[in-house]
Amino acid sequence: MPPVFGVLFDGIAYGMLLFLMSVGLSVTLGMMNFVNLAHCSFAMLGGYVTVTLMNALGWPFFATLPVAFIAGAVASIVLERLFFRRFYNSNELNQCLLTIGIVFVSIAAAAYIYGTDQQPMQLPPYLQGSIHFRGLDLAVYRLFLIAAAALITIVLVVTLEWTRFGAQVRAAVNNQRMARGLGIDVDTLFGFTFALGGGLAGLGGALAIAMLGLDPSFALTYLIYVLIVVSVGGLGSIAGSFAAAMLLGVADMAGEYYIPALSSVLIYLVMLVMIMWRPSGLFGRR
Amino acid sequence: MTSDSIAAAARETAPAGARDFLRGQIRWRWSEIVFWLATLLPFVLAPDYLVLASQVAISALFALSLDLILGFSGIVSLGHAAYFGVGAYTAGLISVWGWGEPLTGLVVAGIAAGLVGYVTSFVIARFRHLALIMITLGFGLLLQEAANSAGWLTGGFNGLQGIHTWPLLGKFEFDLYGYTAYAYALAGLFLIFLVARRIIHSPFGLALRGIRENGARMPAIGAPTHSHIRTIYTIAAIIAGIAGAMLTQSTETVSLEALGFQRSADVLVMLILGGTGKLYGGIIGAVVYMVARDQFAGLNPQYWYFWIGLLLIAVVMFLPNGILGGLELLAESAKAQWAKSKWAKTP
Repeated sequence: MPPVFGVLFDGIAYGMLLFLMSVGLSVTLGMMNFVNLAHCSFAMLGGYVTVTLMNALGWPFFATLPVAFIAGAVASIVLERLFFRRFYNSNELNQCLLTIGIVFVSIAAAAYIYGTDQQPMQLPPYLQGSIHFRGLDLAVYRLFLIAAAALITIVLVVTLEWTRFGAQVRAAVNNQRMARGLGIDVDTLFGFTFALGGGLAGLGGALAIAMLGLDPSFALTYLIYVLIVVSVGGLGSIAGSFAAAMLLGVADMAGEYYIPALSSVLIYLVMLVMIMWRPSGLFGRR
Repeated sequence: MTSDSIAAAARETAPAGARDFLRGQIRWRWSEIVFWLATLLPFVLAPDYLVLASQVAISALFALSLDLILGFSGIVSLGHAAYFGVGAYTAGLISVWGWGEPLTGLVVAGIAAGLVGYVTSFVIARFRHLALIMITLGFGLLLQEAANSAGWLTGGFNGLQGIHTWPLLGKFEFDLYGYTAYAYALAGLFLIFLVARRIIHSPFGLALRGIRENGARMPAIGAPTHSHIRTIYTIAAIIAGIAGAMLTQSTETVSLEALGFQRSADVLVMLILGGTGKLYGGIIGAVVYMVARDQFAGLNPQYWYFWIGLLLIAVVMFLPNGILGGLELLAESAKAQWAKSKWAKTP
């Protein structure tokens, strides 16, 4: 079997991770136009929570995942109440600066507590190894990753499409002023959405350790990827984010496999062309 | 804030016309003359710190270039180090290839950075908001990765080896103590500052501020917004390239760090700290930032960024116009107090 399927498989697993880490940012950006560059710090927090619980307290891997979600959600809601909500009407430069400041602080704090080394993590034995399928080696963890992310995506889509909360969120993304006019409490709604996005990022960070590693520069390295997903996919569009994350994941893996010397150049080039071609994203409306 | 003060100043001078308004703006103030005389003090007071002083002057020049586009024209850039890096590598490369004369090196580096800036400005002028931020960020990262991949040209991760700068004007050697380096950097900063000051106080500069305040309305009154943005962006790229070349020439090294995201973020912090759209903001910010970093040099850079992060949050939350903006507020309230007390005394 040609390696193209292996690359595709790894790319999809990677894309799923990117989607989990970026979907929250996409929705909050579409809703409030708030440029939150600290989004990947929530993912990093989730990762460190999982590592600490597993290595220091001996928790099983699966038990740490909900805690990582809650940690991301709580951190994001606290930051939102303390800082972000004062800047909704500010210009994007101030929002960028504020959140870059938070990124810097989070990176330094992680380096202070955990050092700058990669964090070791031992997956449970049933998630290690790989399955042979028609001459193809499929890593069990990546299969699990794809299944878990697909499940979360379905839950997310169902929530947003078929619940009252989801309808309110879509209304607020579509037209914030009109939604307010109809009596939707956009501020509270936004708090919940923000927490949900931060929680998903935390979960994504926890799931990412075994595939991408975890060190303090995580918050900045993957921020770039998350921003690419959001801006290529279009603000507030879940389908767009999903498509962009898959595209980016597969393209990055393929680039690393076929032309390792130029892969990152290629990624940035593709991103620039995409933004210039469709400034509002693949599925964007604005 | 700034638009209000401009409007207020314009009202005061309105009967005399726009020309006199601009003339009033460009008049040299005493504080400015004192400031530039004070930049000579390091030669006398702190000869041990001249190397640091030269780095401060170079950073100030870089921050001034960012101020032209961000502070005066409202073009947010997270990748301004790209032009700094192009200048730095151009100066390094022509030195490696056997021509180490510093002044011609500056000119060539400025032209190279300006060319790159001119080409990119066509894209920059078309976008605003998030798309613009992403494009500048992506372009900076793209250039950094390209420089990393092109190891045969740039030395890749190890930086460019074998740079030697000839003595300035054939006489003054770039020594370890930094006399020549500081004099060189300061002279460059001052001359380019004069140019920037002239640009800002010209009708073209006023048009730029108009674009910053309301980009949609400027075309309606007949201002060619896109070509204005292209012009100022190219000028800013040239200045950034010259700053980069100066750093290469005075330290005789250049590495990937010259065009990294960190440098783009650093210069943004300096400018925000000092105050945007004020000409002196970048310079004050560079002095404070670089001196503070020198004082904390023992700190692991990771921890240094903790304080930078806190500082950014604090400045954005409490001091939106930077140090200079804060000082202006203080001066205004002091003036108001003084006026009030004078009223109280007169019977």
